[in-house]
Formats: sequence, C-alpha cells, structure tokens
Amino acid sequence: MLKVENLWVNVGDKEVLKGINLEIKPGEVHILFGPNGSGKTSLLMTLMGFSGYQVTGGTITFKGKDITNLGIDERAGLGLGMSFQRPPTIKGLKTRQMVALCSHTKEISLDKLAARLRFQDFLERDLNAGFSGGELKRSELLQLLAQNPDLVLLDEPESGVDLESIALIGDVINELLEREPGRNKEKSSRERRSKRAKAGLLITHTGYILNYVDADVGHVLFDGVLSCHGNPRETLKCIQKMGYEECLRCAV
Amino acid sequence: MKRTRAEKLQKAQKAATKSAVIGEDLDLEKFIHEAPARPYVRDLSTLTAAEQKQLLASGIDPAGTERTGSFLQMDHSVVHYDVQQEGLEIMSTAEAREKYDWLEDYYWRAIAVDTDKYTARAELHQEHGYFIRALPGVKTAFPLQACLFTAQEGLAQEVHNIVIAEEGSELHIITGCVASHQVKSGLHIGISEFYVKKGAKLSFTMIHNWAEEFAVRPRSATIVEEEGVFLSNYVCMRPVKSLQMYPTTYLAGPKAIARYNTILVATPGSLLDVGSRVFLRAPETKAELIARTITTGGDAINRGHIVGEVPEAKGHLECHGLILAPKGLIYAVPELEGRVAGVDLSHEAAVGKIAQEEIEYLMARGLKENEATAAIVRGFLNVDIMGLPKELKVEIDQVIAASEKEVF
Repeated sequence: MLKVENLWVNVGDKEVLKGINLEIKPGEVHILFGPNGSGKTSLLMTLMGFSGYQVTGGTITFKGKDITNLGIDERAGLGLGMSFQRPPTIKGLKTRQMVALCSHTKEISLDKLAARLRFQDFLERDLNAGFSGGELKRSELLQLLAQNPDLVLLDEPESGVDLESIALIGDVINELLEREPGRNKEKSSRERRSKRAKAGLLITHTGYILNYVDADVGHVLFDGVLSCHGNPRETLKCIQKMGYEECLRCAV
Repeated sequence: MKRTRAEKLQKAQKAATKSAVIGEDLDLEKFIHEAPARPYVRDLSTLTAAEQKQLLASGIDPAGTERTGSFLQMDHSVVHYDVQQEGLEIMSTAEAREKYDWLEDYYWRAIAVDTDKYTARAELHQEHGYFIRALPGVKTAFPLQACLFTAQEGLAQEVHNIVIAEEGSELHIITGCVASHQVKSGLHIGISEFYVKKGAKLSFTMIHNWAEEFAVRPRSATIVEEEGVFLSNYVCMRPVKSLQMYPTTYLAGPKAIARYNTILVATPGSLLDVGSRVFLRAPETKAELIARTITTGGDAINRGHIVGEVPEAKGHLECHGLILAPKGLIYAVPELEGRVAGVDLSHEAAVGKIAQEEIEYLMARGLKENEATAAIVRGFLNVDIMGLPKELKVEIDQVIAASEKEVF
C-alpha cells in the first residue's frame, strides 16, 4: 500500500530524514519507536505532504502511485489520513461542521460516531479550542472515523490521554484499522483477518499503546535513520532494556 | 424641562455645516434631496423580484414568515407597515411624533442634534424612519423587521429611528438597509435612538447592503436602564464607498448589559470606519464588544472604546482582523478608559492572515485549499451570539453565506 524508498528530507537547512526505506502492505499495522527529536513526526508530515518538509531525495509510492510531489488534499483523496499530535485550533468552526466536512459526500451518522468516542458534548464547540490532551485525540479520531482513510498515520495517539480514555482510544484505533474483534459477525475471524485492507503507521515513544493495539511490525527511528525492523513487542522490550543507543548499533 | 422642537431646529441649523470628528467630510449638496412619493404596498410579496431579492439578502423576508411585524421605507416614502401582536407598535417616526406629544422627549435625547452636520441634516430634512415600541412586559413572539430601501440614483435618504423597549419587555428587531441593484450612488443618514427601560431586553440586528459609490453615515445611541440588556449585531459584507459610524451605548442603570457584535468585510474600493463605544455609568454594568474584520482589498478601520466611570463595572473589547488580499488595510483601534479604581476593562486585538498550518490541517482531511480557506473564514466570522432568537441566528448565517459566495 505504501512504499517509501531512500527518502531524504530537510526541514529548513536541517536534514531530518536520511534515506528511509519502508513498506506497509494492506492490512498491516506498523509501529514507529524513537526518542524525541528522532524524526518520527517529520516522517508522518512528509508522507502527508506538509509544507516545510522538503524531499531532497527518494520517492513515496501509495497504492502504486508516486505521490512524492502531490498536494496534501490529493493524498487525502487517495486514502491517506493522519491524526495529529498537536492539531491547531480553528476558531468559530464547530467540531460538528468539521466532522461533516471530513466525511465529504459519504453518509455518516455523526452523532453516533461522536457517541462512540463519548464526544457528543464537544460537537458544538470550536474545533480543538481549549481541548485537553485526551480530548484532542478523541477529536482527531472522530474526524478520522468520518474520513475513513485506508492508511492511517497516528502521531502519538496515547500522549496526554488519561487511563480511563486510553482503552477507548485503543478500541477506536482498532476500529479504524478493521481490527476490533466481534465486528461484522457474518464472517469468521480468519476470513475477516484475510480480507483486512486498512493499514496503519503509529508513532509512540512510550510504547504504551501496544497494550491496546496489535501491531505487526516495529521500527525504530533514531536521528533520521530507520533501523531494527522486527516484532513490535520484542523491539519495545529491547528499547526498554538497552535504550535507543542499542538501536543505533543495529542500524550500522 | 421639555425640549421643544423649535429649540432642536435652531441647534440643528447652527450645526448644519459642522464636520464630523471622524470620517471623510461629505458634501451634502452633491446629493439629490427630492424623491417622488411612492404608493403604499399592501403586500410586500408584490414587490419586483429584484427588490425582493435585495430584501432577502438583507435579512428581510417579504413574505413576513416568522416575523411579528414589518416596516418598509423606499426613498422618502413609507410604503408598508404592519404589526401582528398586541402591545407592539410600528409606524413612521414622523407619524409617531404627531401622535404622541411625549415622543418629543425621546427625540435627540441619546444623541445630540448638533453632533455634526449629519445629525443636523436629519433634523432639518427628516423623511420618516421607523418608530418601534414594546409596551411594558410585552415579549415579541417573532422578530420585527424594518427595511430602509434606496431606489433612486443619487438620493440622500435621511431617517430618524426611535426604538423603545418599555419596562420588562423583550423586543427583537432585524433591520436591512439596502440600495436597489440599479443604484450606484447615494447617501444614507440614519439616526437611531434606542431606549431600553428597566429589566427590558432589546436585540437589534442590522444588515447593510449598499452599492459601490454609496456614502453612509449612521448615528446611533442607546440608553439602557437598570438590568436592561441591549444586544447589537451588525453585518456589512458588500461594497460601500464610504461608511462611518460609531454607535454608542450608555449603561445608565445598575446591572445593565450591552453587547456589540460587528462583522465587516472591506471589498476593494470600500472604506469602512466602524466602531462601538460603551459608557459604564452604573455599578455592575457589563459590556462586551466583539468585532471580526476581513479585507479583500478595501480599507477597514475598526474602533472600540469602553469607558469605565464607576467601580464594579466590567468591559471587554475584542477585534480580530484577517487580511485576505495582497493590498488591504485593517486598522484596529481598541481604547480602554478607566476613570475610577475598581473598573475591570480588557481588550484583545489581532490582525493577520490565515495560518498555513490551519489550511493544511483541513487539507489533510481531504479539503481543497480554497475549501479549507472558506471553512476557516466562515469560522472566523462565526461569532457565537448569545440571547438571539433562533430565526435571527439563522438569518445572520444565511446573509453571511450568501455574501461569501459573492465576495470571496
């Protein structure tokens, strides 16, 4: 679904990504570990096409199409979606209006989706205005549920979320990724797994979200270099025990 | 002491050439002062399609749906007025001045007749305007609508409106000031005096819809008594050559409240100089002045002034501006004047462009750049107005949405 080949990115004069190679197949969920400042958010912002992230080399291919130079809205139109760690406040634009805009022409049951995220009370408020950390995450996920992208980029979905809400956030992420058990009971679990098409790329620096979301592959990003591809839990354990310095050794 | 008509006329004559403190000094002789009388219109839905469209664009419903009463003045003729509820009055101010002796007391009480040549002109050449009054305790079921329409090219329309919300009443008014599609130039002088008595509530929503060469000089003031509430909403998004107004409210009784919401769009060639001013003259009075200004190439001066004269009075002023064109001016002038210890006044002003981060955030949800910009601009103009009836909120939203299509 997504193929990143030898991607080099600058922010201003600073080289933030140095030759990233990454492939995410349909139905896969990848986790990106890495310390603060390692380039995780830069990778997501580059994949989404934000200005300020200048691709100096390499290509990004999504669903077989070279999107390296496509606009943000065109990427979104192809099925790319992102949850932001620190989304901006849009004054006067009500959350309800925004969620409706996200769905485009699709019919959605907005109130039902909001209820799913226990977010009904926020629909009439200005988008992201004065939202707490956990509320921002729920706002982001609500918009993504309406948008329903095929590849979901999630930037630190658990940061600032209290313990009560994290299970809910995890559930909704699984729903976005078609991974929640019990959904669509007409098909067997195996059938559902094999039909699964949605893919995800999650950033975490605590690894806490792994308790709620099952991932297939883990990567470590350290100083703009991707290393240590493997089992996510194993990778996390290794980081917890040896620190990110060990990943640097693997990268060489 | 009763102020007689003769005294006012005398004062007006003395001020006939007195320039206003702010705004371009207009030559009143350049405008036409005579207009042929127009016949009474029994049913507003018999107006021409073009006229009805102009009314609708200014919040006036020719069918009168969800309206308690209507008033329509075209040029110098009052062509229609009706009211559907007991305890409400709506008529020409000239007629009311004849009918009620006591009304002379309200004429020029909130605004001095010799403020400038425009107020003087209105007294010397007044051609109607509306008188609206809610008797004590009466609450409007639906808003009243009033429209001042200019149909003759180059005409000066001078009106004097007086609105009285008697004790404990609740009155909602929407006013559209409109130039016909055929009209390019003209002058509108609109004097409006509002009297909000003890415990009464008055909401006044005004939509301006002028023409490229039009000059507009409204002069408005409001006196609010104890526990009264005055809510003013003003929307001007269409071209106008020169508009200058600085409506003022005096909160005269304890716990009186005033709120001004102002939405301005300065299109290329337009000069808007619009402010709002509140005097906090009694304990526990409160004022909130909110303005949203956009330029698409014109000049907008946005003023605000709160004067705190007694302790335990509170005021907040907020003007935000967006410059959406390479050329365009937004000049924000927020003024706070605390005249005694214990007043609580604050202001917040910001002028800038739409943040790229916000546009891209919306684009990441699949919106095109122009759609993202439109959504942000719509949000910017969406001031949450408390205490306004649903029908008027919808009306304002519709006026903004319709103007957006033409202006942006």
